[in-house]
Amino acid sequence: MNWKLLLPYDFSPITILAYLLAASGYLVALRLMPAEERPGPVRIFAYFLGLILCYAVMQTWFDYYSQYMFFVHRGQHLILHHLGPMLMMLSNPLPIFRFWHRQLAPVLGLWTLPIRWAYRIVQQPLIAAFLFAGLVYFWLWPTVHFDAMLSRDLYWIMNWSMFLDGLLFWWLIFDPRSPHDTPSLGYGRRILLLVLVAVPQMVLGAWIVFSRGMVYDVYDVCGRAWPMSPADDQLIGGILTWIPPAMMSVVGILILIGRAMRDDRPRPMPKVAVEGAAS
Amino acid sequence: MMFRSGLRRSLMVIGLVLVLAGCLGNDKPTWNTKDISGMLPDLEFTLTRTDGQTVSADDYQGQVRLVFFGFTNCPDVCPATMARLTRAIRAMPEDLQGQVTPLFVSVDPQRDDLDHLEQYVSFFYDRTVGLTGDESSLRRMVKRYRTTFGYDEPDERGSYNVSHSSAVYVFDQQGQARLLLRPEDSADQITADLTQLVRQNRPQGT
Repeated sequence: MNWKLLLPYDFSPITILAYLLAASGYLVALRLMPAEERPGPVRIFAYFLGLILCYAVMQTWFDYYSQYMFFVHRGQHLILHHLGPMLMMLSNPLPIFRFWHRQLAPVLGLWTLPIRWAYRIVQQPLIAAFLFAGLVYFWLWPTVHFDAMLSRDLYWIMNWSMFLDGLLFWWLIFDPRSPHDTPSLGYGRRILLLVLVAVPQMVLGAWIVFSRGMVYDVYDVCGRAWPMSPADDQLIGGILTWIPPAMMSVVGILILIGRAMRDDRPRPMPKVAVEGAAS
Repeated sequence: MMFRSGLRRSLMVIGLVLVLAGCLGNDKPTWNTKDISGMLPDLEFTLTRTDGQTVSADDYQGQVRLVFFGFTNCPDVCPATMARLTRAIRAMPEDLQGQVTPLFVSVDPQRDDLDHLEQYVSFFYDRTVGLTGDESSLRRMVKRYRTTFGYDEPDERGSYNVSHSSAVYVFDQQGQARLLLRPEDSADQITADLTQLVRQNRPQGT
């Protein structure tokens, strides 16, 4: 095996630092938190699987192929925007968040206020859905896409914005707190959001698949990783934009329906009826 | 400088671009081909010229340099591009033609020996400089300009296809990346842009 493939193609110290922080922050919290809050092995595995997948597509040779093949690039974003963040948030890292909140909140004090504001705004359901589908459209807009693949800075901004937005969106969807007792989003709305983001992605993917001409000429301009027919590259890339994200939404909906069923509680009786029954 | 604060930064950039486009729209020179100012690093390379000399970007300082990555066995893209460049340069005002130097970088050093390369480039435009190097120095250079090349499996006669950039990277007299010439840009458009670029950045005293 060629171990060089595990090394970054475009070495980014900040990226490596961020991933180290995400991994060590989790492990430290795991060691120090009270045993009853500690997540089980499956949850820990899901968190790290998601994290490692995202790291792998950003800081191994996979990134090289993502820069020079459209369909690999679509695979990269599928992991950064869907699969990776979905796994990490499905693992319910709430105890980890709570642990760090307990540690950091007294230290940071008022400094967290602007972050909280920004967080509240981007987690408004409609804004979150707009951002999630909108970012896909924005970065796949042919002229924007051309520049993003040509400029190194823009390329990094693109990948990080997809990953961070993925984390925010899937946290909104898989927030483990029950909407019955907390202000977290109701199950119906979560399901609606998943449908809402799936439809525009399917339209975009289908458009790429059925486009006759070259939509993304940047891969011709910048050279492909190997001589592959541009039409095939675009076709596979379009399918990767079209079908797997839609499937992720379906999987998400099934998980949420399961949760809603388990979390089903009797509707609180209207007061009058209760009084009437008592008398 | 690389910021990674993601979305907020990109929104800021877009906002800024829109504001700037609104304010400065009329002052900015317009180009027919793709303006890539600030998107790619300055020209830098160390490669072997067809006369066997090792040359770097400094050897052509003061010239507008047109960098193209290709290979001499290329069936379509390279000859078409070189022919178009030749036509575009010959159509420039005569006193400016001498300030433009095309650099043909062969990314197939295994098959393209220096003699062969020299014959190839001089066939198109006599001022074209043929350059090549070992694979690792070529890889370093293409990575810097965010492009790549790759080889197909050789067939029974040993010939193979090479994937490479189909664009020409234009660097100004100071070595800054300025324009990207794509296959769909016509010779007339290239002539106009090269003339404008040479005039705009003409070194003092010429």
